[in-house]
Amino acid sequence: MSTSTPTPSVVPKAKVSPRWQQKLGHLVGPLVLLGPPGVWLLLLLVIPTLLIFQLSLIPGIRPGQPMDGFGFGNYLNILQPIYLQVIWRSVFFALGSTVLTLLLGFPVAYWIALMAPKRWQNLLLVGFVLPLWTSSLLRAYAWITILRPTGVLNSFLSTFGLPTLDLLNRSSAVFIGMSYSFLPYMVLVLYASLEKLDKRLLEAAADLGASAPQTFWKVTVPQTLPGIAAGCLLVFIAGLGDFVVPELLGGASSMTVSRLIYNQFLGATRNWGLGSGLSMVLILAVSIAIALLIKYGDRDPESFS
Amino acid sequence: MSQTAMQNRPVAETNTRFDVELRKVFKVFNGETVVRGIDLNIRQGEFFSILGPSGCGKTTTLRLIAGFEEPSAGEVLIRGRSMSGVPAYRRPVNTVFQSYALFGHLSVWENIAFGLRIKRQSKAEIQKRVQESLRLVKMEQFARRYPAQLSGGQQQRVALARALVNQPTVVLLDEPLGALDLKLRKEMQVELSTLHKNLGVTFVMVTHDQEEALSLSDRIAVMHDGKLEQIGTPNQIYDYPQTPFVADFIGDTNLFKGRIETTDYGMWQVRTERGLRILVKPTESLNGSMPNQVVVSVRPEKIQLSLEKPSSPINCFEGRLMHTMYLGTHVHYLVELLSGDRLTVLQPNRAKLAAEPDSPLYIYWAETDCLALTA
Repeated sequence: MSTSTPTPSVVPKAKVSPRWQQKLGHLVGPLVLLGPPGVWLLLLLVIPTLLIFQLSLIPGIRPGQPMDGFGFGNYLNILQPIYLQVIWRSVFFALGSTVLTLLLGFPVAYWIALMAPKRWQNLLLVGFVLPLWTSSLLRAYAWITILRPTGVLNSFLSTFGLPTLDLLNRSSAVFIGMSYSFLPYMVLVLYASLEKLDKRLLEAAADLGASAPQTFWKVTVPQTLPGIAAGCLLVFIAGLGDFVVPELLGGASSMTVSRLIYNQFLGATRNWGLGSGLSMVLILAVSIAIALLIKYGDRDPESFS
Repeated sequence: MSQTAMQNRPVAETNTRFDVELRKVFKVFNGETVVRGIDLNIRQGEFFSILGPSGCGKTTTLRLIAGFEEPSAGEVLIRGRSMSGVPAYRRPVNTVFQSYALFGHLSVWENIAFGLRIKRQSKAEIQKRVQESLRLVKMEQFARRYPAQLSGGQQQRVALARALVNQPTVVLLDEPLGALDLKLRKEMQVELSTLHKNLGVTFVMVTHDQEEALSLSDRIAVMHDGKLEQIGTPNQIYDYPQTPFVADFIGDTNLFKGRIETTDYGMWQVRTERGLRILVKPTESLNGSMPNQVVVSVRPEKIQLSLEKPSSPINCFEGRLMHTMYLGTHVHYLVELLSGDRLTVLQPNRAKLAAEPDSPLYIYWAETDCLALTA
């Protein structure tokens, strides 16, 4: 480069800008890129969360009361068996639907990724994601018409002389509704993982004497474990905080944390302090799950050690 | 490389039991015939190579033996047993894959133990045999590592150990050294050869690297366009190619198309399309029959160069030097004859020819140093 300029000594001089200018340059780029979403997050996520946290530290505060007092009363309140039972039920629903979506989603993702004709793969995936494009409320109402005592399912069963099922307003309806809602997420995440699976590893396993089931358990599952973990955590997180499905399909006996929180803010009990405390517990639980997801979710199977 | 030493290996010559037999094997993918009627007998304990350019069907042939593909027609036999309908996991063969296909979620030790564990060997037996295999490929100190923590050469060793530990009837190697750099490849070639000699197991290797095939194999099958061109020892393949393709693919060669004019004094005189007259010893493999059209093949290293006209007039032609390429151990010359033919000549870097570019010179070779092939 210096050969093209007649006075090479000038070139470096002109290129070096003062140090403070360089530093500013390093700052401007990230600010421009991260500024708008940063402000958004600050105003609509960080500050509200801090406000909720503040409320959670005022025992038993109700709407209209002055914000004074300080203590962990709300959190101690949560430790009462009646609330612990609700938290446990939420975890149970989330875990149950995670297991269900994994059992339902894995064969589907496996088939699309490894067995379906290549050119149909995308179409099949779109078909699976399609339900996500409708409102979750609408989907829950659809399940009501299917599951209610005189609904589609029972009239179908009775035309064949089979006994009818009473599924609505019970745990079973919550499991069905949640699994249906979160299955697309599970299938997408598992597909991404299975699609990356090195097919030669399956041949190598067969070459070493492994039958198809042995290959599945000893190679396919361990190799896609990061994807399985990611899919499960994703469904678990979504299930833990879900409001619509338990509210519409679960009935009175299926009280979950999200419904309990709703009651504290907008329902009959009106205990903002307890509601905020419950919210913080839920946020903490979900944050732990997300931390796990980040740590183990997107790891390359090659880097296991 | 001393070819006579390779050729005289006793294993292949005396043993007539076949480990792998292919009978009129065809393979069709989506209407495209990739393997066209291959007949192949691989002897017990042999180091057999399938050599050919990419896309010639050699890897498919290997996969047919391994059981990853079923032949569209024909039959594969291993130790005399038909493999029709026998899935890959029930065949007594193990494969060293092209890019190793090691299990990333398992340690080196567990990778090697995989096959034994599947076959439910006892813990003590597994421990003993894995340890043995690790020692065989000199990887004992890496047993606890994971494949991602190993270099290419080390991964290659693990892949070898993983196959050998199962004591297969046949070891299949799919371009086993293709991903290694030159120096490492040479080292591994020696080790592969030593391993084969010590174990006495049949090795079937697929490669596009002719030097690798020539230096390692007892016998080589040259494949082209889904068909076998020639099967023979490295020496036969190199010095007595039976088709123009083999002559051209294995090593460098100069080819002249022509037809046989006269057959005086037990020699064929070939007149080439550009009018050269070449004397050739009749080809033995043709069993006395005389083809009309022939291709004469002369290896670059068999041609002599001279600035003065040599005394013997046999296969001597005048030309001029076009280009000189210095290769270190050898010097490579490109010569254009008066007829317009261009030849490559390879001379050891001993007596460098004091010739300027464009200077006239003579080339010559003995009638026994060239070969007439059926076109």
